[in-house]
Amino acid sequence: MTELLTGLSQLDVLEAESIHVMREVAAEFERPALLFSGGKDSIVMLRLAEKAFWPARIPFPLVHVDTGHNFDEVLAFRDKRVEELNARLVVAKVQDDIDAGRVVEIPGGLRNPLQTTTLLRAIEEGRYDAVFGGARRDEEKARAKERFFSFRDSFGQWDPKNQRPELWNLYNGRHNKGEHIRVFPLSNWTELDIWRYIAREGIEVPSIYFAHEREVFERDGMLLGVTPYSLPTSQEIVGTRVVRYRTVGDASCTGAVESPARNPDEVIDEVASTRITERGATRADDRTSEAAMEDRKKEGYF
Amino acid sequence: MADLLRFATAGSVDDGKSTLIGRLLFDSKSVFQDQLAAVERTSADRGDDYTNLALLTDGLRAEREQGITIDVAYRYFSTPVRSFIVADTPGHVQYTRNMVTGASTADLALVLVDARKGVVEQTRRHASLSALLRVPHLVLAVNKMDLVAYDQAVFDSVVTDFRAFAAQLDLPDVTAIPIAALQGDNVVHRSEHMPWYDGLALLEHLEQVHVSREDAQQRPARFPVQYVIRPMSTERPDYRGYAGTLSSGTLRVGDEIVVLPSGRRTTVEAIDTFDASLPQAVTGQAVTVRLAEELDVSRGDMIVAAGAEPTVTSSFDATVCWMSDTPLRPGQRVLVKHTTRTVKAQIQSLHDRLDVTQLEGEPAETLRLNDIGRVTVRTAQPLAVDAYVDDRTTGAFIVLDEATGTTLGAGMVAA
Repeated sequence: MTELLTGLSQLDVLEAESIHVMREVAAEFERPALLFSGGKDSIVMLRLAEKAFWPARIPFPLVHVDTGHNFDEVLAFRDKRVEELNARLVVAKVQDDIDAGRVVEIPGGLRNPLQTTTLLRAIEEGRYDAVFGGARRDEEKARAKERFFSFRDSFGQWDPKNQRPELWNLYNGRHNKGEHIRVFPLSNWTELDIWRYIAREGIEVPSIYFAHEREVFERDGMLLGVTPYSLPTSQEIVGTRVVRYRTVGDASCTGAVESPARNPDEVIDEVASTRITERGATRADDRTSEAAMEDRKKEGYF
Repeated sequence: MADLLRFATAGSVDDGKSTLIGRLLFDSKSVFQDQLAAVERTSADRGDDYTNLALLTDGLRAEREQGITIDVAYRYFSTPVRSFIVADTPGHVQYTRNMVTGASTADLALVLVDARKGVVEQTRRHASLSALLRVPHLVLAVNKMDLVAYDQAVFDSVVTDFRAFAAQLDLPDVTAIPIAALQGDNVVHRSEHMPWYDGLALLEHLEQVHVSREDAQQRPARFPVQYVIRPMSTERPDYRGYAGTLSSGTLRVGDEIVVLPSGRRTTVEAIDTFDASLPQAVTGQAVTVRLAEELDVSRGDMIVAAGAEPTVTSSFDATVCWMSDTPLRPGQRVLVKHTTRTVKAQIQSLHDRLDVTQLEGEPAETLRLNDIGRVTVRTAQPLAVDAYVDDRTTGAFIVLDEATGTTLGAGMVAA
């Protein structure tokens, strides 16, 4: 009796779990918001939100924490998606916090650590009580300890040693005024799952995820593109190579990888055989120390 | 089409649990070079004799410093056959709380014992909690076989002891595998050191056990309503759909259903998803159901198969695992979250506390952190409950503190 078998694939199960989480949030919180950077994980998260509430519109705004160091392709993509979905976009700019003196530009121009202040300001100004993030547990060892519903105190801090137990599919979103819950619907997805889903669903992603020619130079074993925010020193040799981005973040600290992969299927083959994690390959900000991510997360980072 | 299996590991650091997971990740090529390099660096800095694969799973600074696992960590690996989610639960700190959490969603519990020590109190506790949480499969991994010269008699004796204890438990499926996690014997590949063992290597076994969703699929339909979808758009001015996840059974268009707790009956008019309208939904699918008649249905209601309904009640017996530093007081007022409904409730009485290593109830005035006991719960509004032994979704609930919002405990409705 074939109809008795559930016949759900791993991607179907992950999709259903994420949709369940998003609906719980929409039902139980007053002011949710979804962090949307235009990166592949937040693109998948946005598609899941579209599915969770169809045929109604997504019942919460999108928030982009903008470091000002953007890839043009990604910004254009963000705006196109917002228009297609008739969604509301709130842009919170790191530059505004620098101008107001709330944060000070770090020598070298790395802006990723500054984002925490901007993110927390956006949450406070928007009075958001639940904030969807696209983080995955497979990305990084501190993130492996995250809950789907992750409590943040009134300073936006995460206390990894004192987390609420999370059982079955019963999520606890209780909080007092000023506190909020970070929600990670993609907790159980891996990088490969994300790409398989993008391929299966025919989801569009910014072109820089695929192979293209770019002027790059090597720094700390990473390939950085030549942009206004990442300029080579006189010792660093610039050359044109065929590259793609595995992650899309602040242009000043996100590295490219040499790759001939031109479409999602080719990316899947590449990711399935690669031996280096995406953050290890492409994120200078995670290399500062063994607990770099844990420390940033405790302060309120994504 | 690759499938997904969730399993929980239990065992103390000394049993080599983190080493085993590290080995599964490493041998299935799910550990990346940069992760391994970081672990090798840390191992060398600490003066370990060998690369300590436990460092792959102990992610927090405090865990690395103290050499212990504090919190449940989730790990991912896949083979061409299956993808796996591993809930790695700590051995000593907050043990029961973490094990219960990891086991709540698990298809399989992996219990480790040290071949030199055999079945110890903690092994019995792992097995009891797996039985209590109704984890459908249990693997007894008898580890460190290399330290007992790969001796079959040692393995047999551990397994005999374990089965004698397990006979008192309601464990559906127990498989014992002799392994040496540090060297990888019988983890991914069958070991040449133990020709007397003719069973599967651990990973082979994990690849072929059936997932618990298939059991739930055999049960009557249960659809807790999460959210009402009303687009109020010009294209669909009157659309009203009930969004949720089918937690068991199959729901077909045309099926006669009952909405609980009201008890009103109607039929399923349509099952919608973003991708297509479906003739039927299966267990685990997130869909939106439309009903033939306009009824008053909202979040917290449950749509169920007519003729096979759960019990609608404001009072039920349950086993609870207490997870708070503040002890349970009989008479205490709390919130209970059951499926998508949260109600005010009272722990009316505490019947006993369970010694999970002996499986015996003993009289108790209170339940402290990590205690398990039997209680009667009274709720302000009725809930549609099944016994937890029949349904791991509609038989489960969490207990919340109304003032602080913290999770106080986890409960399973008695048969």
